Amino acid sequence: MSANQDDANLLEVRGLTKTFGTLTACDHIDLTVAKGEIHALLGENGAGKSTLVKMLFGTLEPNSGEIFWNGQAVTITNPGFAKKLGIGMVFQHFSLFEALTAAENIALSLDDGSPISTIAAKARALSYSYGLPLDPQSLVGDLSVGERQRIEIIRCLLQTPQLIILDEPTSVLTPQEADKLFETLERLRSEGKSILYISHRLEEVKRICDRATVLRHGKVVGHCNPRKETAASLARMMVGNDVQAVVRAPAQGIETAQPLLEIRALSRKPATPFSIPLRNINLTVRAGEVIGIAGVAGNGQGEFFESVSGEVPQQDAASVRIRGKDAGGLSITGRRLMGAAFVPEERLGHGAAPRMKLSENLLLSRHATDGKVFVGAGGMVKSDAIYAAAQRIIKAMDVRKSAPDPEAAALSGGNLQKFIVGRELDRRPSVMVVNQPTWGVDAGAAAHIRQTLIELARSGSAVLVISQDLDELFEISDAIAVMHNGELSKPLPIAEATFERIGLLMGGAEPGHAEHALETS
Amino acid sequence: MMRLELVKRPQRSMLFSALSPFIAFALTIIAGAILFALLGVNPLMAFQIYFLEPVSQVWQLHELAIKAAPLILIGVGLSVCYRANIWNIGAEGQFILGGIVGSSIPVLFPQFEGPLVLPLMLLFGMVGGAAYAAIPALLKARFNTNEILTSLMLVYVAQLFLDWLVRGPWRDPKGFNFPQTIQFNDSAILPELMPASGRANWGFVFALVAAVLVWILMSRMLKGFEVRVLGSSPRAGRFAGFGINRMVFFAFMLSGALAGLAGISEVSGAIGQLQPVISPGYGFAAIIVAFLGRLNPLGIVAAGLVLALTYLGGEAVQSALGISDKVARVFQGMLLFFVLGCDTLIHYRIRLIGLAAPTLESAPKLEEAH
Repeated sequence: MSANQDDANLLEVRGLTKTFGTLTACDHIDLTVAKGEIHALLGENGAGKSTLVKMLFGTLEPNSGEIFWNGQAVTITNPGFAKKLGIGMVFQHFSLFEALTAAENIALSLDDGSPISTIAAKARALSYSYGLPLDPQSLVGDLSVGERQRIEIIRCLLQTPQLIILDEPTSVLTPQEADKLFETLERLRSEGKSILYISHRLEEVKRICDRATVLRHGKVVGHCNPRKETAASLARMMVGNDVQAVVRAPAQGIETAQPLLEIRALSRKPATPFSIPLRNINLTVRAGEVIGIAGVAGNGQGEFFESVSGEVPQQDAASVRIRGKDAGGLSITGRRLMGAAFVPEERLGHGAAPRMKLSENLLLSRHATDGKVFVGAGGMVKSDAIYAAAQRIIKAMDVRKSAPDPEAAALSGGNLQKFIVGRELDRRPSVMVVNQPTWGVDAGAAAHIRQTLIELARSGSAVLVISQDLDELFEISDAIAVMHNGELSKPLPIAEATFERIGLLMGGAEPGHAEHALETS
Repeated sequence: MMRLELVKRPQRSMLFSALSPFIAFALTIIAGAILFALLGVNPLMAFQIYFLEPVSQVWQLHELAIKAAPLILIGVGLSVCYRANIWNIGAEGQFILGGIVGSSIPVLFPQFEGPLVLPLMLLFGMVGGAAYAAIPALLKARFNTNEILTSLMLVYVAQLFLDWLVRGPWRDPKGFNFPQTIQFNDSAILPELMPASGRANWGFVFALVAAVLVWILMSRMLKGFEVRVLGSSPRAGRFAGFGINRMVFFAFMLSGALAGLAGISEVSGAIGQLQPVISPGYGFAAIIVAFLGRLNPLGIVAAGLVLALTYLGGEAVQSALGISDKVARVFQGMLLFFVLGCDTLIHYRIRLIGLAAPTLESAPKLEEAH
């Protein structure tokens, strides 16, 4: 490598290694990011991508190895120093305070003492100029995942970084939103900035990335130009073998099958000033079919999930019916006892208690439905039984972990999701409602989860999937309905559904929370 | 120049979970030595009197058990609240109400004697404490009031109520106008465990039994799991179908009942009548006990004994060295301070950063480049 090329490298990493106990998360990683390039970091869950970027951002300390910034050796001891260097990061798990507004969250990380109103104005201007509209006054707690990501991106851009690290950024975006993001990224590249782009979506990596570094089991297995590769060849490098494609046999005789989940004229007033009201939602999911619900983030999907799951029961008992019986007035436990199972969007803190072991997290959703198996006389928990059941799920779903029964927070996002989905599948539920089944999950794990959902439906259950990932919905659904501003469209059979038709239903070209706030006010 | 930095650990440190109370205790000793030195007393001699002499004879161990029993009983109950992320600060009031309601039997029906009296009193004490704790629970569940404030304010209500009772309607008519009730009859007195060697009564046994039962509840039972889930991730708790309002009542009333039991045990065991003041601040000291014991009922037994020693030591230095027994409060305060401080080490490690390190040299240059 000549001296000239060295000069063109913004970031160079040599032999970076990080071990946690006996696990080597990153093993002598070499990586160069040139000025003005979009560099992809590819790899499965647990391949070491997150560990690597955490070292680059100063939240983890490497055991050995060197980092060069503009040709100078640096030791990045903390995120503040990384920001000073000009490294910005958008995390997969957002680091936002829910009780604060978007502007306040941004102000916290800027740390330069300028008044909130100035920051809010700057953030609003920047967000609109980059096509990521954001209402700086909205409370983070009321925002959807997609909207929270916008805050993170805007917050990062406000610090005018040289290198922007994006961890799975499009996993929460619709095609249109993703296109917007790509325009933003291409504009940033044309401004001479570099981007380290972590993703498992091979098509988009091929589309926008100039170079790629592929990790597997903590090691670099190759550098390549993704434009010269096929999605299949990239996947092979990543996984080490071919990824199983999802197989969906056409559903037979659905029209006459028994409706297992019926939603009748479901309406709900907004619980907070920023949440979306549900307006007269009607939907039937029959035995054997998968219905997908598409929609831009923050159009009432979260509120809909809460209402269907019973986390928030309804006044009208007939508004949700499970296996032909009214369930609207029942709690989530009551609905589970009728045979329904639920997987929420947020994994840590909603679907699982972060600081509890996997076996205890199994009990979280199954203490009532499997009461006889897991809870003995006098309310004593049968720890052997929950441990054995947790191990069974771990095996069935191929959950990768560092200890026999680790805390939920110790698992990577995809592996925890596999466990959470497996926990419900293990019950053989007759109704399964899943919100964002594969958010931030790598290709191999996502295919596995999707396949199991299809198989569950074909074995006679009703499956309802809420997702912002259109590819996913087209892959697994028998019909797709679209949620927009708290209303649900009629389901389109998959044979009639196209990206264009669904995209039209998803409503305006400028989706976003700010506009809904305006509409309702 | 060096500066300290806290770095978050990827996982909680098991080592420091176990060590933290001991480090805190050591720091308290060091700070205590400075305190004694400033008071003009030889620290070594003061510690000898403070920590060793109060437990050098068997009858003194009985005194230790008498002081430890209410601390453990209350602390065990509070641990359930705090695990559920519910902040009951009013155990002192629940203790007093337990004492009052339990005492109502021997005070209002002095002729009522027999083996039924004591169990009824203990039951009344628990009911009184639980009912009093239900007030902040109701306010929180119904109106979302801050339970820290309401439970604390109810302590003062309870103290003044007791004061009024013993000076007014419940005053002993033959008591020379002293503000106290009649002496309880014999069947209303909690028996001593081993009268031959000291005064310790069954209250200490209640404390040990409560600690074991609550330990089983928290670590082995579904209800304990519910407490831990709702305390650590309320949204996951809601997903599990656990009701937060039910939990507020459960935690408050359980801890109230145990504080009430401690109250009536103290009154019928150690005191034998109601007086204007029946607690030297057990309800507040038990907060320290709960945290010093890592919110683990078995740890709380050990912590209760340590805190009981600070009370006895305070009395000892007062009589031997003429230092105010308020020094006991100071020790308790320092202990809580250091315990909470040392708990930081469980989730964070301390890193020393020298300002001469190369990392910070390069930063200004880059700023110029901007």
